[in-house]
Amino acid sequence: MLKDFFIKKKKYATVPSTKSKIGVPEGIMKKCPSCKKIMYAKELQKYLYVCQSCGYHYPVSAFERIEMLLDPESFIPFDQDLVSKNPLDFPNYLEKLEKDKEKSGLNEAVVTGKGKIEGYETALAIMDSNFRMGSMGSVVGEKITRAIEYAMDHRLPIIIFSASGGARMQEGILSLMQMAKTSAVLKQFSLAGGLFISYMTHPTTGGVTASFASLGDYNFAEPGALIGFAGRRIIEQTIREELPDDFQKAEFLLEHGQLDKVIPRSKMKETLATVLSIHTKGGDEQWHRD
Amino acid sequence: MAPGLEFEKPINELKAKIKELNQFMDEKGIDLTDELNHLKKRLDEVEKDTYSHMTPWDRVQIARHMERPTTLDYISFLFTDFIECHGDRLYGDDAAMVGGIARYRGLPVTIIGEQRGRDTKENLKRNFGMPQPEGYRKALRLMKQAEKFNRPIVTFIDTKGAFPGKTAEERGQGEAIARNLLEMAGLKVPIVCIVIGEGASGGALAIGVGDQILMLENSWYSVISPESAAALLWKDASQAERAAQTMKITAPDLKEFGIVDKVIPEVLGGAHHDPKTQANIIDEYLKDALSSLIQLNGDELVHRRLEKYRAIGDYSLVKGNILSEK
Ligand SMILES: [Zn+2]
Repeated sequence: MLKDFFIKKKKYATVPSTKSKIGVPEGIMKKCPSCKKIMYAKELQKYLYVCQSCGYHYPVSAFERIEMLLDPESFIPFDQDLVSKNPLDFPNYLEKLEKDKEKSGLNEAVVTGKGKIEGYETALAIMDSNFRMGSMGSVVGEKITRAIEYAMDHRLPIIIFSASGGARMQEGILSLMQMAKTSAVLKQFSLAGGLFISYMTHPTTGGVTASFASLGDYNFAEPGALIGFAGRRIIEQTIREELPDDFQKAEFLLEHGQLDKVIPRSKMKETLATVLSIHTKGGDEQWHRD
Repeated sequence: MAPGLEFEKPINELKAKIKELNQFMDEKGIDLTDELNHLKKRLDEVEKDTYSHMTPWDRVQIARHMERPTTLDYISFLFTDFIECHGDRLYGDDAAMVGGIARYRGLPVTIIGEQRGRDTKENLKRNFGMPQPEGYRKALRLMKQAEKFNRPIVTFIDTKGAFPGKTAEERGQGEAIARNLLEMAGLKVPIVCIVIGEGASGGALAIGVGDQILMLENSWYSVISPESAAALLWKDASQAERAAQTMKITAPDLKEFGIVDKVIPEVLGGAHHDPKTQANIIDEYLKDALSSLIQLNGDELVHRRLEKYRAIGDYSLVKGNILSEK
């Protein structure tokens, strides 16, 4: 259904392949990686891919996120025709990109566009870790930047769902500079009074944590999501100390003052709708300030 | 004399021979001037040849040389009236990041820089030049202060990376870096950033968003250190030399990508051979950069800075549905 919709709205839109349902369990049954409980795939989908036994949040693809979050038929994609080049002539990079395109049904690691959440219109950027581990190269940086600019030009809020291993090594310094680029445009967006909600999902690490993902007016996260700058193994090697199990989990960040709220997926849509609604005018005439 | 690096071996062998010959002449009173001149000429050639054919890995070795001048060394050469300012006003003072106020050729400026130790003891104090969040927040505090008093900012980048530690994560290393990127993009004063040694990833970029990015010839700047890249690519950190090549991290590479505005030449063999002369060379580039930037007002600076970063990226457009064509 989403597929039809993509074709309808934009002629050049890339149709997500039928294989794009990564994150959706293949086959009929799925065993929870956390508590090992077996659930029917259909049932799992009904519960937004959250284990009903232990609350484990399965990673979901960008398309699944769109389906579970946005009002039906409200999503309009942006810039689906942007694709990566190979600025460093990095060995095998183009081949890897091709493979991931096939695997994920995406042209790159982020889907951007606009849509409605309970009627509230918003710009969106949704990263997908099925494509190059959600890493940020030139295209991811550019698409996110353009989505922010669109929001700025049309006075819309923007919600960015992060899922990323960080800056993309294969594009070297250009990837690093996407951190500066996205942050620079967010500064302008903020000065213009724009609302930016950062929604961190598993995993949000490295250069994405160290740029736009940490810069929301509100920083939210999914339960259990790994969020951090440095990798766990590197930290353990550096400080020669074993880290606690909950280290760099969303709940750990909440405890250390790094997040506004950890939101279970079942509450995602209504919480976002409430935040969006609070940023519109409301109530009696007497409360209007301008 | 600075200790030699592996690739400098032929040079150091010749130097040793010359020294030996000199001693021999003194001791025995035999005239070997011809032989000596021959060797000196040979040394000249070998030096020129070696230093003009440095691999990226050779440069990485120079960038990491224990005696390579650090931020505080350059501050003492280039500025007067330097007053170091400490602390982020939130948590603590990070010795891996130094900052303060000073004059540059009479002009009041704010200076920020990553600071590694020059020996083991100082390295422990300065956490090997790897800042914690409080380091980046101190930098931001001082940069905001610079903006308040309309002072240009000069930053010196020299880090193996932001500190990968438990405490750093607890205090929001990612947020601290991100905040600096965002705020530096909006500062209404000139910012000149100079990569003087190592420039690893977000830890370097966090004080590296500016109007002019200068880079010493033998420093490196990359999204990831050669060792980490090698570990990820080939599961083998000892392949760092290969990664240094693949990742395109040298000053000439970054100039070609348009990330760096100017490459600052180094004295023969690297800055550590003659820090004072090196500082003089940097001085010329800094003077050029600041004298042109100082002409621009705050809005112009911010606008140009935004345009510059906005334009970075290499991508193309596909027409039609490439996936369904398969
Ligand atoms: Zn479970």
